[in-house]
Amino acid sequence: MTTAAEAAGRLPDAFLRPGSSSFVEFLADHAPDLLPGRRPTPGGAPGADLAPHATTIVALTFGGPGAPRGVVLAGDRRATMGHLIASREIEKVFPADEFSAVGIAGSAGIAVEMVRLFQLELEHYEKIEGSLLSLDGKANRLSTMIRGNLPLAMQGLAVVPLFAGYDLDRGTGRLFSFDVTGGRYEEHDHHSVGSGSVFARGALKKLWRPGLDAADAVAVAVEALYDAADDDSATGGPDTVRRIWPVVATVDVEGYQRVADDDLAVVVERIVADRRGGDAGGVRA
Amino acid sequence: MSMPFYVSPEQLMKDRADFARKGIARGRSVVVLAHDDGIAFATENPSRALHKISEIYDRIAFAAVGKYNEFENLRVAGVRYADLRGYSYDRADVTARGLANAYAQTLGTVFTTESKPLEVELVVAEVGASPAEDQVYRLSYDGSVADEHGFVVMGGQAEHLTARVRDGWSEGMGLAEALRLAVRTLGAVSADGTVVPAGEERDIPAAGLEVAVLDRRRPRRAFRRLQGEALAGLLAGDEN
Repeated sequence: MTTAAEAAGRLPDAFLRPGSSSFVEFLADHAPDLLPGRRPTPGGAPGADLAPHATTIVALTFGGPGAPRGVVLAGDRRATMGHLIASREIEKVFPADEFSAVGIAGSAGIAVEMVRLFQLELEHYEKIEGSLLSLDGKANRLSTMIRGNLPLAMQGLAVVPLFAGYDLDRGTGRLFSFDVTGGRYEEHDHHSVGSGSVFARGALKKLWRPGLDAADAVAVAVEALYDAADDDSATGGPDTVRRIWPVVATVDVEGYQRVADDDLAVVVERIVADRRGGDAGGVRA
Repeated sequence: MSMPFYVSPEQLMKDRADFARKGIARGRSVVVLAHDDGIAFATENPSRALHKISEIYDRIAFAAVGKYNEFENLRVAGVRYADLRGYSYDRADVTARGLANAYAQTLGTVFTTESKPLEVELVVAEVGASPAEDQVYRLSYDGSVADEHGFVVMGGQAEHLTARVRDGWSEGMGLAEALRLAVRTLGAVSADGTVVPAGEERDIPAAGLEVAVLDRRRPRRAFRRLQGEALAGLLAGDEN
C-alpha cells in the first residue's frame, strides 16, 4: 500500500506516529508481509524435506560457581536437506547484540531471517530508547517472535533457538531455551538443542563442571559437538580436510566474542589426538 | 456577506518562516564538525536522557535543535526508515542522502500544508571511509536541504557562531582540537543569550555537554557518545 504522501517521498504517517520501541511491532503494523512468520505458504507438502535444516547447538556457562562469569555458545557447520548435505559451512551462532548470542536449530532459511530480525529488534530498541533491553526482555522478545512463527512450525518449518547472554544487572551469564510455541525456559549450567542434542547433552553432563574457565568451556563445547557429530548424521564434525571448524562464541562482561579459527584448530586437534588409538569414544579415566 | 480575506503566498510563507525561525533561535546551539577520524557533534545539554544527538544507523547520525517533541518524532521516524530499509534491502543501502530526502519532503509538506510549521533544524551526517566521502546535510524547517562541508552550527545565534567556527576550523584537525573549538564556540553564548567577544567565553564543564562522534575507524556502528572522564580528558588537551 503506497499512499500519495509516500509516493511524494515524505515519511509515511506510520513512521511519525508515536508508539512502540519495537521494530517487530512497527513491521507488523506497517509492512506485515515482511515478517518471517506471516508469509503465506502453500499448504500440503511438509517443508522438512524441502528446506535445509540446521542441527546441533550447545551452550554452557563458565566461571562461577555461584554466578557464572559468562557463557559459551557453539554450533556445528552442517545443514541437511533430507539425506543430503546442503551446506558444510553454514553459520548457526550469531551475536544478538553486544552482550548476547543466539544459536539456531531447525529450518535454516527461516531461522537466519528470524535472527536478522531479532538483531534488528534489539538494536532498534537501543537506538529509540537510548538504553539496552534487560536480558529477560531480550529473551521475551525472542519468545514472541518464535510464537509468531507457529503457523510455519506446524508445516514443518520450525525454528528452535538457544539464547545465551550476560546479564548486566545481575552480573552473571544465563541461558534460555525455547520451544516452537514460544515457551521460554531458563537453563542452568548447560543445554543443547537440535537433532544431535541428545548426544551432546550426554557429553556436556560428563564434561561440564562448576568453575570451568573460558578456554576449558570452549573445549567442552567443541567436544560435545564432536560427540553429537559422531552419532547424528545431520550434525557435522570438525572438517580437518577443508579446515572448517564449529562457530564458537563467548559472551561475558567484555561482550560477545567469536573464538578465532586458529584457536579452534588447536582445540580440535587435541580432541582428535585424544581419541586416536582405540579411544574413539573419548574414554576418560 | 463576508469577504474571504486574501493573504498573499509571499506573506503567508514569510510569516511561517519567521515563526519557525523564532522557535529555533530560542534553543541552544548544536555544533557539527568534521575532523580527521570522523564527524563530531557537540551541544550544551545537561540532561543525560533527553538527547539532541543520536544514532540513526551504522554510519549515520542525527542532530537537531528546536522543539524537542517535534525533532524526537522525526528522529524516531528516521530510525524506523533506516531500519526498515536495511531490513528489506541490505545494510549498505541505507544512506544519509535517502534519509535527508525523506526528511526534506516531510518538513516541506508540513511547512506548506499544515497550520504550523515544524520548529526544527536538523543535521543528518554519514561518515565515509575517508574525509572526502563524509556527507553532512543540513535541513531547515521549510524542507530546504544544504550539502555542507566541514562544519555546521544550528540554533540560537547560529550566524555569529558559524563565523567563529569558520575562523577556527581547518581540514584534517584532530578530534580533541575539534571538540575544544566546538565547546569554545558554544561557550560564546552567555546565559542571557548574547554573544560575548572572543576570549571571554564561558567554561562549560564536561557534565553539561552532550558530545558524540561518528568514528570512521569503528567496524560497523560508528556512533559513540563521549562522556565523563573520556570527554573531560579530550577537552583538557590529552590527545585521545
